[in-house]
Amino acid sequence: MTVLATPDKTGSDFPLGFATILDPSPLQYLDEHGALSGVLRDDAPELAPERLLGTYRAMVVGRRFDVQATTMVRQGRLAVYPSSYGQEACEIGAMLALRPTDWFFPTYRDCVSMVTRGIDPVQTLTLLRGDWHCGYDPRRWRTAPQCTPLATQAPHAAGLAHAARLAGDDTVALAFCGDGGTSEGDFHEALNFAAVYQAPAIFFVQNNQYAISVPLAKQTHAAALAHKAVGYGMAGVRVDGNDVIAVQHVVAEAATRARAGDGPTLIEAVTYRMQAHTNADDATRYRNASEVEYWKSRDPLARLETCLKACGLLTDAVVAEANQAAEALADDMRARLGEEPEVDHRDLFRHVYAEPTPQLREQAAALQAELDADLDAAEHDEAGVEAAGRGLDASGADGAALGAVEAEAGR
Amino acid sequence: MTATLDSAHRAAQNAEISLAQAVNRALRDAMTADDKVVVFGEDVGVLGGVFRVTDGLTRDFGEQRCFDTPLAEAGIMGTAIGMAMYGFRPVVEMQFDAFSYPAFEQIASHLAKMRNRTRGTLPLPVVVRVPYGGGIGGVEHHSDSSEGYFVSTPGLHVVTPATVSDAYTLLRAAIESDDPVIFMEPKRLYWSKDVLSTTGPEIGRAVVRRQGSDATLIAYGPTVSTALETAEAARDEGYDLEVVDLRSIVPFDDETVCASVRKTGRAVVIHEAAGFGGTGAEIAARVSERCFHWLEAPVRRVTGFDIPYPPPKLERHHLPSVDRILDAVASLQWEDR
Repeated sequence: MTVLATPDKTGSDFPLGFATILDPSPLQYLDEHGALSGVLRDDAPELAPERLLGTYRAMVVGRRFDVQATTMVRQGRLAVYPSSYGQEACEIGAMLALRPTDWFFPTYRDCVSMVTRGIDPVQTLTLLRGDWHCGYDPRRWRTAPQCTPLATQAPHAAGLAHAARLAGDDTVALAFCGDGGTSEGDFHEALNFAAVYQAPAIFFVQNNQYAISVPLAKQTHAAALAHKAVGYGMAGVRVDGNDVIAVQHVVAEAATRARAGDGPTLIEAVTYRMQAHTNADDATRYRNASEVEYWKSRDPLARLETCLKACGLLTDAVVAEANQAAEALADDMRARLGEEPEVDHRDLFRHVYAEPTPQLREQAAALQAELDADLDAAEHDEAGVEAAGRGLDASGADGAALGAVEAEAGR
Repeated sequence: MTATLDSAHRAAQNAEISLAQAVNRALRDAMTADDKVVVFGEDVGVLGGVFRVTDGLTRDFGEQRCFDTPLAEAGIMGTAIGMAMYGFRPVVEMQFDAFSYPAFEQIASHLAKMRNRTRGTLPLPVVVRVPYGGGIGGVEHHSDSSEGYFVSTPGLHVVTPATVSDAYTLLRAAIESDDPVIFMEPKRLYWSKDVLSTTGPEIGRAVVRRQGSDATLIAYGPTVSTALETAEAARDEGYDLEVVDLRSIVPFDDETVCASVRKTGRAVVIHEAAGFGGTGAEIAARVSERCFHWLEAPVRRVTGFDIPYPPPKLERHHLPSVDRILDAVASLQWEDR
């Protein structure tokens, strides 16, 4: 049994001894040298050859996406990009264990997951390019908008899971958050609500060791974040977050438990943020190179490659096809994200409410008039007309505006 | 229907009910009309809420439709958002005004913005019921007027009834709305009684509660009754006051308010919340911008002081009173008349 702590149904005790519950060593099936531990049965779905190859391909493509996005920030084509380089086992493993009907609640660092779910890379990056907040249809992809305020998406997952259960559906909701997010009150409230309701939710913490510059030791005094599950009376598991086979396995187990009505699970995946927090951050100010080197040697993609080579699955054709898919994605990103996006000022007022309020209609009309006036002035300039009248004194302009507002209200 | 039943039915229709009962009836009728409507919060289940507003809902609709939650307002708000994302129409209760503050991040960052962030694909039809205001002798943190925080958060509708019928009709409209609505219930009016009318103007419309020609009192929620009392008292002093009940702060009914002020030429805005940066400041500014050439005097505000809500034995000095409103009316430059 991989579960760290599952409350006994009688509520009297835990099936595992207290010492076992507190053993923080992460579950691992694929070790840092790429060797399979042999604990999983050969017929485990994660070990099926086509599944392994699909996982490999998704990892290659996901990493290429991440590298390309980082490059595009440097080129000024994205405003910002929080990289998940090195966290692909979490980003991709968790997604491959979900059904398309399940809901996913990502954070700003989870673009690779979203692309793995099938969301268009350009729509995925709309937020980070700055042309709109959420570029995809959350209902179609069963993926909430990427969440920036930490852990605030976790109660949404609890609520959605509870709703799905009330509706009699077997939908599961999975929320990602980081190690820093576990310090937020909303994280606690989400786990508590989900446990009380026995909601089919999975809270997946990517413990990448840093919240911007603050290391885990300053985030918690607990030996493991997964231990928090005990306090909520829910299942908890600590997994090697760079082992894509183990991640898939624990998420699949948690989903099965959730669908069976056995409640939520807290998963702590131990991984590492290889890049700085974002391009605007300088990680050399708070961590040393040897630490990064250590985690480089535990790279999730290299580990899977070694394993697949050893099994004889990783043929040249497989590698070539995966690389080709990755390069096609990068080419597409360069082409489409290289174009300047068209933005429409009228979007400012759309979708604030189902129907705009009278106040919003008034403001939209005022902005439109302002832009039309600018356009007229530009046309005059082009025609070579001296723009003498443009120095309209401020009081005159204000007076005109006030008159317009009064006239508007007087109708 | 037999004659006896018919007359009993009519008698029931003409019976006075309290504002709390009107809210209860609106919840019942909405839950009956749409099985996606769910009610939850702290103590709303078996107890029926600390003000008994949800009395009997768990008994009559079951625990899946009306349920108690853990004691955590952000969690209540966040789970309501998640349930709305899945097609439910949650009506949640914040037990008291000042206890809604832990939910504020969920309200400001998610509830108010989700439709906009997702270009209309994820509307959140959530109603947040907030018993608010003072005058019930509550100890600290039980008497805040927190509407200002919500009013200045775009994406929310903020409505507040002052009558039994509005408590019913505005809540039904709020539950049917596809936008999030902060439903501010004036708790000192919970026990006020009237005959219920189940039809009324839509959200976004103000109502003139009393016609007058000399000055307009603009009020909402708990201060509407104070404004009406003031208007009666003012008659003895020779002023004929009009009273506008806003009903809905967002959207704001400029049309009704401005029509009244242009008719009377004078205005006093009244609310319990602190005046500085408050809703009254916005209303006074709007009226000044739109009615400047009709105004005989500056727009006055009568509000709570800029202090933390006082202890019960001092609250009478803080709340807008008939006397203070009369003083404001008297200061509206009548010498030019």
